[in-house]
Amino acid sequence: MSVQYKVVHCNINGRAVERTVDVRASLTDMLRNDYSLTAVKKGCEVGECGACTVLIDGETFNSCIYLAIWAEGKHIVTLEGLISPEGELSDIQQAFIEETAIQCGFCTPGFLLTAKEILDADRMFTDDELRKMLSGHLCRCTGYENIFRAVKKTMYRRQGKEIDF
Amino acid sequence: MYDIKAIYEAESVEDAVELRLAHPEAQIIAGGSDVLVQIREGRRAGKELISIYGIDAMRGVSIDEEDNLRIGSLTSFSHITNNPLVKKICPVLGEAVDQIGSPQIRNIGTIGGNTCNGVTSADSASTLHAWEAIIELTGKNGIRRLPIKDFYIKAGTVDIRAEEGEIQTAVLIPKESYENTFGHYIKYGLRNAMEIATLGCSVNVRLSPDKRVIERCRIAYGVAGPVPMRAPSAEAVANGQAPTMALAEAFSLAVLEDINPRDSWRAAKAFRQHIAVEMAKRALIESVKRAGGEIA
Repeated sequence: MSVQYKVVHCNINGRAVERTVDVRASLTDMLRNDYSLTAVKKGCEVGECGACTVLIDGETFNSCIYLAIWAEGKHIVTLEGLISPEGELSDIQQAFIEETAIQCGFCTPGFLLTAKEILDADRMFTDDELRKMLSGHLCRCTGYENIFRAVKKTMYRRQGKEIDF
Repeated sequence: MYDIKAIYEAESVEDAVELRLAHPEAQIIAGGSDVLVQIREGRRAGKELISIYGIDAMRGVSIDEEDNLRIGSLTSFSHITNNPLVKKICPVLGEAVDQIGSPQIRNIGTIGGNTCNGVTSADSASTLHAWEAIIELTGKNGIRRLPIKDFYIKAGTVDIRAEEGEIQTAVLIPKESYENTFGHYIKYGLRNAMEIATLGCSVNVRLSPDKRVIERCRIAYGVAGPVPMRAPSAEAVANGQAPTMALAEAFSLAVLEDINPRDSWRAAKAFRQHIAVEMAKRALIESVKRAGGEIA
Protein backbone atom coordinates (compact mmCIF):
# COMPACT_ATOMS: atom_id res chain seq x y z
CA MET A 1 0.00 0.00 0.00
CA SER A 2 1.39 3.38 -0.94
CA VAL A 3 1.26 6.22 1.52
CA GLN A 4 -1.14 8.96 0.52
CA TYR A 5 -0.20 12.60 1.05
CA LYS A 6 -2.00 15.90 0.73
CA VAL A 7 -0.87 19.51 0.88
CA VAL A 8 -2.79 21.29 3.64
CA HIS A 9 -2.96 25.10 3.72
CA CYS A 10 -4.20 26.73 6.87
CA ASN A 11 -3.66 29.57 9.29
CA ILE A 12 -2.10 28.59 12.59
CA ASN A 13 -1.87 31.16 15.38
CA GLY A 14 -2.24 33.99 12.87
CA ARG A 15 0.30 32.73 10.37
CA ALA A 16 -0.58 31.32 6.94
CA VAL A 17 1.20 28.00 6.53
CA GLU A 18 1.23 24.94 4.31
CA ARG A 19 2.69 21.49 4.72
CA THR A 20 2.42 18.13 2.99
CA VAL A 21 0.82 15.72 5.43
CA ASP A 22 0.13 12.02 5.53
CA VAL A 23 -3.65 11.69 5.10
CA ARG A 24 -3.76 9.28 8.07
CA ALA A 25 -2.54 12.00 10.46
CA SER A 26 -4.77 13.53 13.08
CA LEU A 27 -4.66 17.28 13.57
CA THR A 28 -2.81 16.59 16.85
CA ASP A 29 -0.14 14.70 14.87
CA MET A 30 0.21 17.55 12.39
CA LEU A 31 0.39 20.32 14.98
CA ARG A 32 2.91 18.49 17.16
CA ASN A 33 5.09 16.82 14.56
CA ASP A 34 5.04 19.27 11.66
CA TYR A 35 4.70 22.55 13.55
CA SER A 36 6.28 21.64 16.93
CA LEU A 37 3.22 22.99 18.75
CA THR A 38 3.66 20.66 21.70
CA ALA A 39 1.14 22.44 23.92
CA VAL A 40 -1.36 20.29 22.05
CA LYS A 41 -1.29 17.25 24.32
CA LYS A 42 -1.91 13.64 23.47
CA GLY A 43 -4.13 12.36 26.25
CA CYS A 44 -6.77 9.73 25.57
CA GLU A 45 -6.67 10.16 21.76
CA VAL A 46 -10.33 9.18 21.53
CA GLY A 47 -12.00 12.54 22.18
CA GLU A 48 -12.78 12.10 25.85
CA CYS A 49 -10.21 14.04 27.88
CA GLY A 50 -9.92 17.36 26.02
CA ALA A 51 -6.11 17.65 26.44
CA CYS A 52 -5.68 18.09 22.67
CA THR A 53 -8.31 20.85 22.37
CA VAL A 54 -7.64 23.58 19.80
CA LEU A 55 -9.79 26.32 18.33
CA ILE A 56 -10.80 25.86 14.70
CA ASP A 57 -12.54 28.91 13.24
CA GLY A 58 -13.30 30.00 16.81
CA GLU A 59 -14.85 26.74 18.04
CA THR A 60 -13.24 24.12 20.27
CA PHE A 61 -12.39 20.74 18.79
CA ASN A 62 -10.58 17.68 20.04
CA SER A 63 -7.71 17.69 17.56
CA CYS A 64 -7.06 13.98 18.20
CA ILE A 65 -10.28 12.99 16.43
CA TYR A 66 -9.98 15.56 13.66
CA LEU A 67 -8.18 14.58 10.47
CA ALA A 68 -5.26 16.86 9.56
CA ILE A 69 -6.57 17.07 5.97
CA TRP A 70 -9.75 18.72 7.25
CA ALA A 71 -7.66 21.70 8.41
CA GLU A 72 -7.47 22.94 4.82
CA GLY A 73 -8.45 26.63 4.79
CA LYS A 74 -9.14 26.72 8.53
CA HIS A 75 -7.95 29.16 11.21
CA ILE A 76 -6.43 27.21 14.07
CA VAL A 77 -5.39 28.54 17.47
CA THR A 78 -3.28 26.56 19.93
CA LEU A 79 -2.06 27.62 23.37
CA GLU A 80 1.06 29.06 21.74
CA GLY A 81 -1.25 31.56 20.04
CA LEU A 82 -2.51 33.00 23.33
CA ILE A 83 0.79 34.65 24.19
CA SER A 84 1.28 38.18 22.84
CA PRO A 85 4.04 38.82 20.26
CA GLU A 86 6.08 40.36 23.09
CA GLY A 87 5.79 37.14 25.06
CA GLU A 88 3.29 38.37 27.63
CA LEU A 89 0.72 36.01 29.04
CA SER A 90 -2.93 36.58 28.22
CA ASP A 91 -5.36 37.50 31.00
CA ILE A 92 -6.73 33.98 31.26
CA GLN A 93 -3.25 32.46 31.59
CA GLN A 94 -2.43 35.01 34.30
CA ALA A 95 -5.66 34.11 36.10
CA PHE A 96 -4.74 30.41 36.01
CA ILE A 97 -1.49 31.31 37.82
CA GLU A 98 -3.24 33.55 40.36
CA GLU A 99 -5.85 30.92 41.19
CA THR A 100 -3.34 28.03 41.20
CA ALA A 101 -5.41 26.41 38.48
CA ILE A 102 -2.41 24.35 37.41
CA GLN A 103 -1.13 21.25 39.13
CA CYS A 104 0.57 18.81 36.76
CA GLY A 105 -0.35 21.06 33.85
CA PHE A 106 -1.33 18.39 31.35
CA CYS A 107 -4.94 19.51 30.97
CA THR A 108 -4.05 23.21 31.10
CA PRO A 109 -3.52 23.95 27.38
CA GLY A 110 -6.88 22.42 26.49
CA PHE A 111 -8.72 24.14 29.32
CA LEU A 112 -7.21 27.50 28.30
CA LEU A 113 -8.52 27.20 24.75
CA THR A 114 -12.02 26.33 25.91
CA ALA A 115 -11.72 29.27 28.31
CA LYS A 116 -10.75 31.48 25.39
CA GLU A 117 -13.86 30.42 23.47
CA ILE A 118 -16.01 31.14 26.53
CA LEU A 119 -14.42 34.55 27.15
CA ASP A 120 -14.49 35.55 23.48
CA ALA A 121 -18.30 35.20 23.59
CA ASP A 122 -18.02 38.50 25.53
CA ARG A 123 -20.94 37.94 27.89
CA MET A 124 -21.68 36.71 31.39
CA PHE A 125 -22.50 33.07 31.98
CA THR A 126 -24.00 31.52 35.10
CA ASP A 127 -21.92 29.09 37.16
CA ASP A 128 -23.93 26.18 35.76
CA GLU A 129 -23.37 27.35 32.20
CA LEU A 130 -19.64 27.73 32.83
CA ARG A 131 -19.41 24.25 34.32
CA LYS A 132 -21.21 22.78 31.34
CA MET A 133 -18.96 24.65 28.92
CA LEU A 134 -15.86 23.40 30.73
CA SER A 135 -17.13 19.82 30.97
CA GLY A 136 -15.19 18.55 27.96
CA HIS A 137 -11.93 18.41 29.91
CA LEU A 138 -10.60 15.96 32.43
CA CYS A 139 -8.10 17.18 35.03
CA ARG A 140 -6.26 14.14 36.36
CA CYS A 141 -5.24 16.13 39.44
CA THR A 142 -8.96 16.93 39.95
CA GLY A 143 -8.18 20.64 40.36
CA TYR A 144 -11.47 21.68 38.82
CA GLU A 145 -12.53 24.26 41.36
CA ASN A 146 -9.50 26.50 40.82
CA ILE A 147 -9.82 26.21 37.06
CA PHE A 148 -13.46 27.22 37.34
CA ARG A 149 -12.50 30.20 39.52
CA ALA A 150 -9.84 31.35 37.07
CA VAL A 151 -12.28 31.32 34.16
CA LYS A 152 -15.04 32.99 36.15
CA LYS A 153 -12.68 35.66 37.47
CA THR A 154 -11.45 36.52 33.97
CA MET A 155 -15.02 36.66 32.66
CA TYR A 156 -15.89 39.16 35.40
CA ARG A 157 -12.75 41.23 34.74
CA ARG A 158 -13.45 41.43 31.03
CA GLN A 159 -17.00 42.59 31.74
CA GLY A 160 -15.62 45.23 34.12
CA LYS A 161 -17.35 43.64 37.12
CA GLU A 162 -16.17 42.96 40.66
CA ILE A 163 -16.09 39.32 41.66
CA ASP A 164 -16.85 37.97 45.09
CA PHE A 165 -16.35 34.22 45.22
CA MET B 1 -1.50 8.23 12.86
CA TYR B 2 -4.71 6.39 12.08
CA ASP B 3 -4.75 2.97 10.48
CA ILE B 4 -6.56 3.95 7.29
CA LYS B 5 -6.06 2.26 3.92
CA ALA B 6 -7.05 5.26 1.81
CA ILE B 7 -9.19 8.38 2.05
CA TYR B 8 -11.34 9.75 -0.73
CA GLU B 9 -12.51 13.30 -0.13
CA ALA B 10 -15.87 14.33 -1.55
CA GLU B 11 -16.32 18.01 -2.34
CA SER B 12 -19.98 17.84 -3.35
CA VAL B 13 -22.93 15.50 -2.92
CA GLU B 14 -22.53 14.32 -6.55
CA ASP B 15 -18.88 13.65 -5.82
CA ALA B 16 -19.80 11.59 -2.76
CA VAL B 17 -22.31 9.52 -4.73
CA GLU B 18 -19.71 8.78 -7.41
CA LEU B 19 -17.09 7.85 -4.83
CA ARG B 20 -19.58 5.59 -3.11
CA LEU B 21 -20.32 3.76 -6.36
CA ALA B 22 -16.60 3.47 -7.13
CA HIS B 23 -15.71 2.26 -3.60
CA PRO B 24 -18.75 0.41 -2.23
CA GLU B 25 -16.75 -1.11 0.64
CA ALA B 26 -15.51 2.25 1.91
CA GLN B 27 -16.77 3.66 5.22
CA ILE B 28 -18.38 7.11 5.10
CA ILE B 29 -16.87 9.53 7.60
CA ALA B 30 -18.67 12.75 8.54
CA GLY B 31 -17.41 14.36 11.77
CA GLY B 32 -15.58 11.18 12.73
CA SER B 33 -16.27 11.23 16.47
CA ASP B 34 -17.43 7.61 16.17
CA VAL B 35 -15.59 6.38 13.08
CA LEU B 36 -12.14 7.62 14.13
CA VAL B 37 -12.57 6.23 17.64
CA GLN B 38 -13.58 2.87 16.14
CA ILE B 39 -10.49 2.95 13.93
CA ARG B 40 -8.38 3.61 17.02
CA GLU B 41 -10.04 0.67 18.76
CA GLY B 42 -9.23 -1.51 15.76
CA ARG B 43 -12.85 -2.19 14.90
CA ARG B 44 -12.73 -0.26 11.64
CA ALA B 45 -8.95 -0.26 11.17
CA GLY B 46 -7.30 -0.64 7.79
CA LYS B 47 -10.35 0.36 5.77
CA GLU B 48 -10.97 2.86 3.02
CA LEU B 49 -12.82 6.03 4.00
CA ILE B 50 -14.95 8.45 2.03
CA SER B 51 -14.80 11.79 3.82
CA ILE B 52 -17.89 13.92 3.31
CA TYR B 53 -16.88 16.40 6.04
CA GLY B 54 -15.88 19.03 3.47
CA ILE B 55 -19.30 19.26 1.77
CA ASP B 56 -20.46 22.63 3.10
CA ALA B 57 -23.69 22.41 1.08
CA MET B 58 -24.82 19.74 3.57
CA ARG B 59 -24.59 22.17 6.50
CA GLY B 60 -27.23 24.51 7.83
CA VAL B 61 -30.88 24.73 8.80
CA SER B 62 -33.69 26.14 6.65
CA ILE B 63 -37.39 25.90 5.88
CA ASP B 64 -37.81 24.20 2.52
CA GLU B 65 -40.53 24.88 -0.09
CA GLU B 66 -42.79 22.27 1.56
CA ASP B 67 -42.45 24.03 4.93
CA ASN B 68 -40.33 21.23 6.39
CA LEU B 69 -37.66 22.21 8.89
CA ARG B 70 -34.66 21.04 6.90
CA ILE B 71 -31.42 20.22 8.72
CA GLY B 72 -28.42 19.42 6.52
CA SER B 73 -26.92 16.12 7.62
CA LEU B 74 -23.51 17.63 8.36
CA THR B 75 -24.89 20.31 10.68
CA SER B 76 -23.08 19.97 13.99
CA PHE B 77 -24.99 19.50 17.25
CA SER B 78 -23.89 22.89 18.57
CA HIS B 79 -25.05 24.62 15.41
CA ILE B 80 -28.44 22.89 15.72
CA THR B 81 -28.77 23.98 19.36
CA ASN B 82 -27.88 27.58 18.55
CA ASN B 83 -29.92 27.84 15.35
CA PRO B 84 -32.75 30.42 15.54
CA LEU B 85 -35.14 28.28 13.43
CA VAL B 86 -34.60 25.23 15.63
CA LYS B 87 -35.08 27.36 18.76
CA LYS B 88 -38.34 28.65 17.39
CA ILE B 89 -39.80 25.56 15.73
CA CYS B 90 -38.38 22.54 17.52
CA PRO B 91 -36.33 23.68 20.53
CA VAL B 92 -36.50 20.22 22.09
CA LEU B 93 -34.24 18.88 19.33
CA GLY B 94 -31.64 21.53 20.14
CA GLU B 95 -31.92 20.66 23.83
CA ALA B 96 -31.57 16.94 23.13
CA VAL B 97 -28.41 17.24 21.05
CA ASP B 98 -27.00 19.66 23.63
CA GLN B 99 -26.73 16.67 25.99
CA ILE B 100 -24.40 14.69 23.74
CA GLY B 101 -20.79 14.15 24.85
CA SER B 102 -18.91 17.37 25.55
CA PRO B 103 -18.81 20.83 23.95
CA GLN B 104 -15.95 19.71 21.68
CA ILE B 105 -17.90 16.61 20.60
CA ARG B 106 -20.97 18.76 19.91
CA ASN B 107 -18.84 20.92 17.60
CA ILE B 108 -17.67 17.97 15.50
CA GLY B 109 -20.58 15.52 15.77
CA THR B 110 -23.29 15.73 13.11
CA ILE B 111 -26.95 14.84 13.10
CA GLY B 112 -26.35 12.70 10.03
CA GLY B 113 -23.71 10.67 11.82
CA ASN B 114 -25.88 10.37 14.92
CA THR B 115 -28.68 8.78 12.89
CA CYS B 116 -26.63 6.80 10.32
CA ASN B 117 -24.88 5.01 13.17
CA GLY B 118 -28.15 3.28 13.88
CA VAL B 119 -27.54 3.19 17.61
CA THR B 120 -30.48 3.27 19.97
CA SER B 121 -28.78 5.57 22.49
CA ALA B 122 -28.29 8.49 20.06
CA ASP B 123 -29.63 11.58 21.82
CA SER B 124 -31.23 12.94 18.65
CA ALA B 125 -32.97 9.69 17.76
CA SER B 126 -35.87 9.62 20.21
CA THR B 127 -36.81 13.23 19.47
CA LEU B 128 -36.57 12.63 15.71
CA HIS B 129 -38.87 9.61 16.13
CA ALA B 130 -41.30 11.55 18.29
CA TRP B 131 -41.44 14.30 15.66
CA GLU B 132 -41.78 11.79 12.77
CA ALA B 133 -38.72 13.10 11.01
CA ILE B 134 -38.09 12.25 7.38
CA ILE B 135 -34.65 11.07 6.29
CA GLU B 136 -33.45 12.35 2.92
CA LEU B 137 -31.01 10.14 1.05
CA THR B 138 -29.31 11.10 -2.20
CA GLY B 139 -28.01 8.45 -4.60
CA LYS B 140 -27.46 7.77 -8.29
CA ASN B 141 -31.23 7.73 -8.88
CA GLY B 142 -31.80 11.02 -7.11
CA ILE B 143 -33.46 11.67 -3.79
CA ARG B 144 -35.22 9.05 -1.68
CA ARG B 145 -37.14 10.04 1.43
CA LEU B 146 -38.31 7.74 4.14
CA PRO B 147 -39.83 8.06 7.61
CA ILE B 148 -37.22 7.73 10.32
CA LYS B 149 -38.90 4.62 11.76
CA ASP B 150 -38.28 2.83 8.46
CA PHE B 151 -34.72 4.17 8.26
CA TYR B 152 -33.70 2.17 11.32
CA ILE B 153 -33.61 -1.53 10.39
CA LYS B 154 -31.89 -3.08 13.40
CA ALA B 155 -29.22 -2.14 15.93
CA GLY B 156 -26.37 -0.56 13.99
CA THR B 157 -28.06 -0.97 10.61
CA VAL B 158 -29.96 1.70 8.72
CA ASP B 159 -31.52 1.74 5.26
CA ILE B 160 -28.79 3.34 3.17
CA ARG B 161 -28.12 1.60 -0.12
CA ALA B 162 -24.42 1.68 -0.85
CA GLU B 163 -25.01 -0.05 -4.19
CA GLU B 164 -27.07 2.96 -5.24
CA GLY B 165 -24.38 5.34 -4.03
CA GLU B 166 -26.60 6.74 -1.32
CA ILE B 167 -25.58 9.13 1.41
CA GLN B 168 -27.86 10.84 3.90
CA THR B 169 -28.16 14.50 2.93
CA ALA B 170 -30.80 15.95 5.28
CA VAL B 171 -33.14 15.34 8.18
CA LEU B 172 -36.57 16.94 7.75
CA ILE B 173 -39.18 17.74 10.38
CA PRO B 174 -42.55 18.08 8.62
CA LYS B 175 -44.86 20.99 9.36
CA GLU B 176 -47.53 18.47 10.39
CA SER B 177 -45.18 17.45 13.20
CA TYR B 178 -44.04 20.85 14.44
CA GLU B 179 -47.13 23.04 14.01
CA ASN B 180 -48.48 24.07 17.43
CA THR B 181 -46.43 21.28 18.93
CA PHE B 182 -44.31 21.46 22.07
CA GLY B 183 -42.02 18.84 23.45
CA HIS B 184 -39.54 17.87 26.11
CA TYR B 185 -36.60 15.46 26.18
CA ILE B 186 -35.18 13.76 29.25
CA LYS B 187 -31.90 11.92 29.23
CA TYR B 188 -31.06 9.63 32.10
CA GLY B 189 -27.35 9.11 32.56
CA LEU B 190 -25.03 8.58 35.49
CA ARG B 191 -23.27 11.91 34.91
CA ASN B 192 -24.09 15.02 32.91
CA ALA B 193 -21.14 15.26 30.50
CA MET B 194 -19.50 12.60 28.33
CA GLU B 195 -22.23 10.09 29.02
CA ILE B 196 -24.24 7.72 26.87
CA ALA B 197 -27.92 7.64 27.78
CA THR B 198 -29.12 4.83 30.03
CA LEU B 199 -32.51 5.81 28.65
CA GLY B 200 -33.77 8.77 26.63
CA CYS B 201 -37.41 9.84 26.42
CA SER B 202 -38.90 12.48 24.13
CA VAL B 203 -42.54 13.56 24.36
CA ASN B 204 -44.47 16.18 22.43
CA VAL B 205 -48.06 17.36 22.52
CA ARG B 206 -50.47 19.48 20.53
CA LEU B 207 -53.24 20.93 22.66
CA SER B 208 -56.67 22.08 21.55
CA PRO B 209 -57.04 25.87 21.10
CA ASP B 210 -58.55 26.19 24.59
CA LYS B 211 -55.64 24.08 25.98
CA ARG B 212 -58.04 21.70 27.70
CA VAL B 213 -57.50 18.63 25.52
CA ILE B 214 -54.39 16.85 24.27
CA GLU B 215 -55.20 16.61 20.57
CA ARG B 216 -52.10 14.65 19.77
CA CYS B 217 -49.38 13.14 21.89
CA ARG B 218 -46.24 11.44 20.67
CA ILE B 219 -43.60 9.68 22.72
CA ALA B 220 -40.40 7.94 21.70
CA TYR B 221 -37.51 6.30 23.53
CA GLY B 222 -33.86 5.61 22.97
CA VAL B 223 -32.33 2.51 24.65
CA ALA B 224 -35.79 1.03 25.31
CA GLY B 225 -35.12 -1.55 22.60
CA PRO B 226 -32.52 -2.36 19.93
CA VAL B 227 -33.54 0.70 17.91
CA PRO B 228 -35.24 3.95 18.94
CA MET B 229 -38.99 3.39 19.23
CA ARG B 230 -42.37 5.01 19.72
CA ALA B 231 -44.79 3.94 22.45
CA PRO B 232 -48.14 3.79 20.59
CA SER B 233 -50.12 2.33 23.52
CA ALA B 234 -49.19 5.30 25.68
CA GLU B 235 -50.02 7.73 22.87
CA ALA B 236 -53.47 6.13 22.51
CA VAL B 237 -54.11 6.64 26.22
CA ALA B 238 -53.31 10.38 26.01
CA ASN B 239 -54.84 11.32 22.66
CA GLY B 240 -58.08 13.25 23.01
CA GLN B 241 -57.89 13.40 26.79
CA ALA B 242 -57.72 16.28 29.24
CA PRO B 243 -54.23 16.82 30.68
CA THR B 244 -54.57 15.67 34.29
CA MET B 245 -52.23 13.99 36.76
CA ALA B 246 -54.36 10.85 36.52
CA LEU B 247 -53.88 10.85 32.76
CA ALA B 248 -50.11 11.37 33.13
CA GLU B 249 -50.02 8.32 35.43
CA ALA B 250 -52.05 6.13 33.07
CA PHE B 251 -50.05 7.35 30.08
CA SER B 252 -46.72 6.62 31.71
CA LEU B 253 -47.71 3.11 32.84
CA ALA B 254 -48.91 2.30 29.32
CA VAL B 255 -45.38 2.65 27.95
CA LEU B 256 -44.56 -0.71 29.53
CA GLU B 257 -46.75 -2.39 26.91
CA ASP B 258 -44.52 -1.03 24.16
CA ILE B 259 -40.94 -0.87 25.32
CA ASN B 260 -38.49 -3.73 25.51
CA PRO B 261 -35.29 -2.61 27.23
CA ARG B 262 -32.52 -5.08 27.97
CA ASP B 263 -30.20 -5.87 30.81
CA SER B 264 -26.76 -4.42 30.19
CA TRP B 265 -23.79 -3.37 32.29
CA ARG B 266 -25.21 0.16 32.22
CA ALA B 267 -28.52 -0.74 33.82
CA ALA B 268 -30.88 -3.63 34.47
CA LYS B 269 -34.02 -4.08 32.41
CA ALA B 270 -36.21 -3.59 35.49
CA PHE B 271 -34.48 -0.32 36.30
CA ARG B 272 -34.90 0.93 32.74
CA GLN B 273 -38.60 0.03 32.86
CA HIS B 274 -38.93 1.88 36.15
CA ILE B 275 -37.31 5.09 34.92
CA ALA B 276 -39.12 4.83 31.56
CA VAL B 277 -42.43 5.30 33.38
CA GLU B 278 -41.18 8.21 35.47
CA MET B 279 -39.54 9.91 32.49
CA ALA B 280 -42.72 9.58 30.38
CA LYS B 281 -44.75 11.20 33.12
CA ARG B 282 -42.35 14.08 33.69
CA ALA B 283 -41.83 14.69 29.98
CA LEU B 284 -45.59 14.73 29.34
CA ILE B 285 -46.21 17.20 32.17
CA GLU B 286 -43.41 19.48 30.94
CA SER B 287 -44.64 19.26 27.34
CA VAL B 288 -48.16 20.27 28.37
CA LYS B 289 -46.75 23.23 30.31
CA ARG B 290 -44.66 24.31 27.36
CA ALA B 291 -47.76 24.11 25.17
CA GLY B 292 -49.44 26.60 27.52
CA GLY B 293 -51.64 24.04 29.25
CA GLU B 294 -52.12 23.19 32.87
CA ILE B 295 -52.06 19.79 34.52
CA ALA B 296 -55.25 19.51 36.53
